[in-house]
Amino acid sequence: MTTLTFCIILLAGAYLAGLVGSLTGLGGGVVIIPLLTLVFHIDIRYAIGAALLASIATSSGAASAYVKEGITNIRLGMFLEIATTIGAVVGALIAVYTPTNTIAMMFGSILIFSAAMTMRKKNQQVLTEGSKLSYLLKLNNSYPTKEGNVEYKLKNVGAGFSIMALAGILSGLLGIGSGALKVLAMDSTMRIPFKVSTTTSNFMIGVTAAASAVVYLQRGYMDPGLAFPVILGVLGGAFTGSKLLTRIDPKALRLIFCLAITFVAVEMIYNGYNHKF
Amino acid sequence: MKKVISKSFWVDKDVEQLIGELLRYGVMTASIIVFVGGSIYLYQQGQLAVPLRHTFTGEGASYTTVKGIINGVRNFNAPDIIQLGVLAVIATPILRIAFSLIAFVIEKDKLYVFITLIVLCVMLFSMFSGLKV
Repeated sequence: MTTLTFCIILLAGAYLAGLVGSLTGLGGGVVIIPLLTLVFHIDIRYAIGAALLASIATSSGAASAYVKEGITNIRLGMFLEIATTIGAVVGALIAVYTPTNTIAMMFGSILIFSAAMTMRKKNQQVLTEGSKLSYLLKLNNSYPTKEGNVEYKLKNVGAGFSIMALAGILSGLLGIGSGALKVLAMDSTMRIPFKVSTTTSNFMIGVTAAASAVVYLQRGYMDPGLAFPVILGVLGGAFTGSKLLTRIDPKALRLIFCLAITFVAVEMIYNGYNHKF
Repeated sequence: MKKVISKSFWVDKDVEQLIGELLRYGVMTASIIVFVGGSIYLYQQGQLAVPLRHTFTGEGASYTTVKGIINGVRNFNAPDIIQLGVLAVIATPILRIAFSLIAFVIEKDKLYVFITLIVLCVMLFSMFSGLKV
């Protein structure tokens, strides 16, 4: 295969990954790793490098819109980034001592968990009474809806912070945004309305992924020949996805993609178990 | 310029607008650099056989250090131009933290100046501690 053909195929694949990632809410980076490893048989370490870049780029791209709309809770994001960035550095450190097969199997498991998370019922409720820490850290805020500004408060700050540290470790170890865990921490634990939790999670993914990306860049995981089609393809796909989301309700589509991704995840686990990584 | 240093300019909602702009321009700049580098890369090497990457060898110093990348860009080396775009992708969220820090300083929000500084320190540690092993 010539480099040109490879780049065109990968560009198209990355575009689809970005599209699926955006429509399911899983993020483009997550779909890139199975694409590179299972389809192109590329070493998972290069795949992790490329996926991290895809996660950062899509996070920045999407966050720019959400932040302007005033939905993202910047203080909350900043505070929780202490946990996710420390976690990400720890994760990137553990990665050196973790066999690639184990990484592939963990990745598959997280993928199944993430797919299941996108199908769950979302938290629409708004707390009117927050915990002590939420006031102390000025985490309570409001966000705009069609019916005007809605005030929300949050609780279980400590538990949410701990889950965020775990999300950071997995992000650094596997090269993904771990958006699903971030949403779990904010949505289910801290009781934040899902619109705020998903946008704030997305806002944090860029910084979290960048914390481990600087380590991986120095380790030589970032291959320019992969970075170029992956970054442009995923960004394009995510952009198309965000435009589609305003027009269609992707409920059925999301179910199909999540099932497909579960199959892919099982294959990652199976191959990892058989030492094919 | 006078507008930028006044406090009212930095109240929360305006900061959100600015951070949004910063992220948008960051992604746009990175994509353009990657696109330019990628186009030259394909023009120069498009017809060559693709490297397989089935086993991990890691990239050399010219692609993994800022110095190496800048040197390569000076020599108009296409993969290094792509890596410059990669640096821009990674730098965008880091700049966003620095930006938030300035905003919190001007707002005189000591607690969040402190919190943002911690995050920034973790990033700097990750960059310069030689964790690469």
